[in-house]
Amino acid sequence: MIARLIEGTSRRGLVLLALLLAFLILIPFFVNDYLITVLILIFYFAFVGQAWNIMMGFAGQLSLGHALYVGLGAYTSAALYVHFGVGPWIGMLAAIPVAGALGAVIGFLAFRFGVSGVYFAILTIAFCEFARVGFDHFRWVGGSAGFFLPVAQYSVNDLWNLRGKPSMFYYVILGFTVAAFIICHLLLRSRMGYFWQAIREDEPAARALGINAFRYKMIAVVISAGMTSLAGVFFAFFYNNLFPEQVFHISRSIEMILAPIIGGVGTLFGPILGAVILTGLSETMHEILHLLGVDVPGAKAVFYGICLLVVIVALPDGVWPWLSRRLGLSERK
Amino acid sequence: MPIDIYLNVAVSGLLTGLVYGLMALGLSVIFGVVRVVNFAHGEMMTIAMYLAVLAFSVLGLDPLVMMVPIAAVLFVFGYALQAGLIGPFINKPEHMQFILLVAVAVILVNVQLIVFGPDARGVQTAYSYDSFAVGKLIIDATKVYAALAALTVSAALFVFFRFTEVGKAIRACADNYTGALVVGLDVRRLYALTFGIGAACVGAAGAMMVVIIDVTPSLGPAYTLLAFVIVITGGLGSMPGALLGGVLIGMTEAMAGLLFSPSAKTMFAFAILVLVLLFRPQGIMGKRAA
Repeated sequence: MIARLIEGTSRRGLVLLALLLAFLILIPFFVNDYLITVLILIFYFAFVGQAWNIMMGFAGQLSLGHALYVGLGAYTSAALYVHFGVGPWIGMLAAIPVAGALGAVIGFLAFRFGVSGVYFAILTIAFCEFARVGFDHFRWVGGSAGFFLPVAQYSVNDLWNLRGKPSMFYYVILGFTVAAFIICHLLLRSRMGYFWQAIREDEPAARALGINAFRYKMIAVVISAGMTSLAGVFFAFFYNNLFPEQVFHISRSIEMILAPIIGGVGTLFGPILGAVILTGLSETMHEILHLLGVDVPGAKAVFYGICLLVVIVALPDGVWPWLSRRLGLSERK
Repeated sequence: MPIDIYLNVAVSGLLTGLVYGLMALGLSVIFGVVRVVNFAHGEMMTIAMYLAVLAFSVLGLDPLVMMVPIAAVLFVFGYALQAGLIGPFINKPEHMQFILLVAVAVILVNVQLIVFGPDARGVQTAYSYDSFAVGKLIIDATKVYAALAALTVSAALFVFFRFTEVGKAIRACADNYTGALVVGLDVRRLYALTFGIGAACVGAAGAMMVVIIDVTPSLGPAYTLLAFVIVITGGLGSMPGALLGGVLIGMTEAMAGLLFSPSAKTMFAFAILVLVLLFRPQGIMGKRAA
């Protein structure tokens, strides 16, 4: 497994990777809580971006409704915690099948009935909208008034219940991101990964070669949905409040696909790099606007939009493919 | 509940649906010819609505009078957008075009939020509270005027595409891109023109919509989704389909609002969308793709 993990990566790349990881593990000892929160945001977006990338970047299926899976994961685990006292780690075991099952339903409907491309993207939006309206009327988890997890001032970290200080959340999401990276790396190099890429590039040709496109697209959706739901569990326990209007809003779905697109769709480092760029720039701009006293709602989103526009026009393949060529690192796409 | 309540709501939904239809017609025209899905459609709609509100509050001009100038402004906007930004993306993969327009949409909606703020803005015309009584039916005058205007604009568009030289040339581009290039049509200009016309439809629809509903920036994404639902239901690329889809969705929303709750409206619209996608993906009036 280790051999497969490092295969195709240059020595220089490996050293850089090890240094980066060591740096990330040590960093909470040197920075304040604000910066840790920014880092949490970065890895949160890197993680969901990585999960979304399995569907779009690997198998070529554009989902614009991924907030659905985040929301399902968040609500499943939060409901278990609040109503039954079941902790988040068990909650994850419940969230993955819930999100995966719904992903399977959507995938089945879409792929069986030949819904593809833009139509597929709109179908995913439709289901996310269903969930938004549905949860608005779902009283058991608070409906439109919101659903809240009990909060207190924590002096000790309770990892089992995910109650504690930002640094604990940082290590959890860092762990998620690293795990997602390794899983994606292995998936991409697996037989199935090559099937996915064949489907992405030319589905009729892939099918002519005997690849069961329906089956592999289904697997991609289910894995992506299940992985995204983990981010939802994290979201619920980190923010402690859930509103259907926010969690399932289409802007959430768009927000989480920005990082992989800016970083590079279909690449492994793309989602991570994209998250660093976006969150870093947006926090910097937030500070600058704050200092200038022009801190208006919407300014940040305008900036997001401009970033997206610039990247899609100037570097349509994303920043990572360009950067890795510049740095002389090899990453085969 | 007495039957005339249902009738009243159905008629009101029908009239609003015609304005929806005109908005969706813009999306349909753009997709039918340029083959790009305008993800910033609803945001363009709210631009038109804000222009109408501004014209009314600053200059005291009636939104229905402002319909033509606002359509002209949106035409220029659409033309410039296609010529400057979207043009180079015509032959790129679908998801890239999609993301390009998502970016445009995000910028537009948030610029509106910054400029106009999150509060609802509306107009109070002299005829805001007028109504016609037809038997037991009571019909809002504003909705009647808006629906009539929507029908007029749609009819003008049909005539344009059917009988004028430019309209025929645009249809030629839609039918056969390479063929249009071979016979020497300036496809790039025609595409920009088409995008402009689509945007002008939205502009006109927006000016009418203001007399029916107040505008907030968050209406933009909602209308984008609504336009998609309508166009896919009616048949992407089909002009009568867009109007029919608009009426269908308008009436469904009105009925859902009456029978369930106003917040369940979108759910029913999306339920129709899902059914259409699964059982008649080309839409009610659409042609089956080869």
